[in-house]
Amino acid sequence: TGLRRVKMNEVDARERITSYVEVNSGLTKEQAQIEASRCIDCPNPTCITGCPVEINIPKFIKRIEQGDFLEAAKVLKETSTLPAVCGRVCPQEKQCEANCFYTLKLKKDPVAIGYLERFAADYEQASGEISIPEINEKNGIKVGCIGSGPAGLTFAGEMAKMGYEVTVFEALHEIGGVLKYGIPEFRLPNHIVDVEIDALKRMGVQFETNFIVGKTAAIEDLKEEGFKAFFAGSGAGLPRFMGIPGENYLGILSSNEYLTRINLMQAAEHDSDTPVVSGKNVMVIGGGNTAMDSVRTAKRLGAKRAMIVYRRSMDEMPARIEEIEHAKEEGIEFMTLANPIEYFADKNGRVNQVKIQKMELGEPDASGRRRPVPIEGSEEIIEAETVVVSVGVSPNPIVPDSLPDLETTKWGTIVVNPHSLQSSIPEMFAGGDIVRGGATVILAMGDGRRAAQAMHKYLKNNKA
Amino acid sequence: EYPLIMFKIVNKEFFSENVVKLEIHAPRIAKARRAGHFVILKIGDKGERFPLTIAGADREKGTITLVVQKVGVSSRKLSALEVGDSITDLVGPLGQATHIQHKGTILACGGGVGVAPLLPIVEAYKKAGNRVITVIAARSKDLIILEDQIRSFSDELIVMTDDGSHGQKGLVTEGMEAAIAKEKIDEAIIIGPAVMMKFAALTTKKHNIPTMASLNTIMVDGTGMCGACRITVAGKTKFVCVDGPEFDAHEVDFDEMLLRLNGYKEIEKAAESNYLKTNNDSCQIPS
Ligand SMILES: Cc1cc2nc3c(=O)[nH]c(=O)nc-3n(C[C@H](O)[C@H](O)[C@H](O)COP(=O)(O)OP(=O)(O)OC[C@H]3O[C@@H](n4cnc5c(N)ncnc54)[C@H](O)[C@@H]3O)c2cc1C
Ligand SMILES: Cc1cc2nc3c(=O)[nH]c(=O)nc-3n(C[C@H](O)[C@H](O)[C@H](O)COP(=O)(O)OP(=O)(O)OC[C@H]3O[C@@H](n4cnc5c(N)ncnc54)[C@H](O)[C@@H]3O)c2cc1C
Ligand code: SF4
Ligand code: SF4
Ligand code: FES
Repeated sequence: TGLRRVKMNEVDARERITSYVEVNSGLTKEQAQIEASRCIDCPNPTCITGCPVEINIPKFIKRIEQGDFLEAAKVLKETSTLPAVCGRVCPQEKQCEANCFYTLKLKKDPVAIGYLERFAADYEQASGEISIPEINEKNGIKVGCIGSGPAGLTFAGEMAKMGYEVTVFEALHEIGGVLKYGIPEFRLPNHIVDVEIDALKRMGVQFETNFIVGKTAAIEDLKEEGFKAFFAGSGAGLPRFMGIPGENYLGILSSNEYLTRINLMQAAEHDSDTPVVSGKNVMVIGGGNTAMDSVRTAKRLGAKRAMIVYRRSMDEMPARIEEIEHAKEEGIEFMTLANPIEYFADKNGRVNQVKIQKMELGEPDASGRRRPVPIEGSEEIIEAETVVVSVGVSPNPIVPDSLPDLETTKWGTIVVNPHSLQSSIPEMFAGGDIVRGGATVILAMGDGRRAAQAMHKYLKNNKA
Repeated sequence: EYPLIMFKIVNKEFFSENVVKLEIHAPRIAKARRAGHFVILKIGDKGERFPLTIAGADREKGTITLVVQKVGVSSRKLSALEVGDSITDLVGPLGQATHIQHKGTILACGGGVGVAPLLPIVEAYKKAGNRVITVIAARSKDLIILEDQIRSFSDELIVMTDDGSHGQKGLVTEGMEAAIAKEKIDEAIIIGPAVMMKFAALTTKKHNIPTMASLNTIMVDGTGMCGACRITVAGKTKFVCVDGPEFDAHEVDFDEMLLRLNGYKEIEKAAESNYLKTNNDSCQIPS
């Protein structure tokens, strides 16, 4: 059709950097229905192949076009536990929307699948008529889920639907994993996640916070308590540092620490006991979603200069395009082809300057991206009182460390059968970032779902 | 069936105006913990997460013991809770347990509230068949805690106070020197304020005594996720919460640790005086 792709309604950049208000404010009914009418209901919907959980995209979009928004939400829920989350944070431009007929064949802007997904899910949440999936009769079989990120939540929902008694063990005091402690409120409000967690509770899923499997109790203890099988969705929560001189000075934090203080501990609120120090000049090292979330948070905490320092060029930046665009609108500075090599501090050990080295792009490396190589003699000193290091994460080692028989890779991820997600310990399944390294919300959810199906089969065959 | 876990306080005792012992219902932690482990607590919805060593546990009763010194908002909030109150969040046991072995003669040194985490370690060393000489030190008599409990697991106990109001007058290092002069020490363990550990480590280094220090850095999650607790040991960055809290004292960069501990000092002080303005935290009668 000749219609142009809808534009997301947004809060103005000058206004939004003064608070944590969600940047995207969603589509109106009219906008959603018009956008939905762009979908031509392809006989061979290639969009679906781009979605890791294979949402029936044309079907839910048709429901929106017809004005049957609650039905649209139901279609989403057939395959996705957290549509309101995915509609917000999925890298759609690389997944479903990259495979839309418009993109592939017409070379036009794709149908705004993500926006529409968010619209339907939000509509359902606002209606208060959240559909709880049908639940099979309880079968009395206890299964444990380690971690409450998107992988664990999806797994728990699927098992509960099949009648299992699911307990989710979460190390932190809040449920939600990265959705709560990592991704900021201005991109994914907590209440959106809480609605989904509530739905799981109503489905009978039990949550135990402050419980570290492998520390608070061992897998063996839980087996004695009657748990028949486990799903490890324990994530890739360990921050990496660069190992350069001065990196332990005050004011240099991992993005995990920075975001956790603010998102999980609400450090920016005056009645929170958790402090956070965020300077006038904040430098964030890295180019992923985590770096973007950190630098935009710094702006909201009052930084005059909030900078991204990234060692490759804009083209290689792994963050979602939307986040980069939003960051630019908010006045974030981008220093690409640059890398910190040393930190300097004042007499109290607080960082005040960063030595940056310029880079140029050389031959492609294993990841297929052109490898950055330092340019000799290109060093430059930049003032910064806060530096957030966001150069990647490693798998959480607590579960593997507590299970010597569990096979892991040299990177510390758990080895699983790619179809069943079963580990080298038959009753232990795993998925999400603990298997993939740092990946995405939707891939974690897809894993949770597949692991649930495979575990169900396993337990049936073993007459648990 | 999983009832909501309530971390209820079942017993409370004041060692001094500023040091409180709490016994808390936490059956799983009581069962799983070993000497050297710690927990992370949070009080109230807006509370911060902060670490305390598990000073003891009773598996039968399902309780753990914590000893806390009032130094700021969180430790004061905890100390203000009464028997019957519950702690909002409590997670553990965290960290690596002390590697307790039969070594021969152990010199155990605790400064200030560091004596609380020292107690289970002294007990474990004693039970492993070691001869244990303990030095505990504080600024003055009223800050010496757990003296009787420590004594019951020590072959010898040296008490040092800065002002001489109890035991001998002098610093912890002087007590250590006295013990080292008397007999051969096979291993030392030191726990206390960072400055005290720095000088205690220098003392044992001088005498070539292998020494472990239990470090009390600032923490957030306590599970290796944030890096707030990082320090340098033998030139490498380590996370105290998962790699520690005990490290080879002769390899720890105590100067860096001291700087990092002061990272939030001004904010914390302001928060504390604010807290004291709105909360009556004046003398509770020590029991
Ligand atoms: C700041 C940030 C922004 C991101 N932005 C995006 C985005 O826009 N789009 C996108 O698709 N992806 C994004 N990601 C990546 C995405 O969040 C992750 O891929 C996803 O959350 C992985 O899910 P998971 O369930 O495997 O693990 P997690 O979400 O990491 O959850 C794991 C949970 O397990 C708990 N746990 C660990 N060990 C134990 C144990 N032994 N016992 C009990 N509990 C345990 C942890 O505390 C944690 O809560 C972002 C990540 C970050 C950090
Ligand atoms: C593994 C570990 C075990 C610990 N065990 C015990 C224990 O058994 N009993 C106990 O009383 N305390 C213990 N601590 C220290 C305790 O965590 C801190 O005293 C507490 O977090 C202070 O919180 P606050 O809000 O009351 O004070 P804050 O307002 O946070 O701090 C007040 C003052 O204390 C200093 N301070 C802050 N944190 C620490 C710290 N970790 N160590 C030393 N000084 C600090 C600050 O610089 C500030 O000047 C332990 C710490 C660790 C890391
Ligand atoms: S879940 Fe993600 S990839 Fe799948 S349709 Fe929705 S936005 Fe697209
Ligand atoms: S490929 Fe695009 S146009 Fe075709 S069904 Fe999917 S969303 Fe609609
Ligand atoms: S406290 Fe967060 S990593 Fe140690």
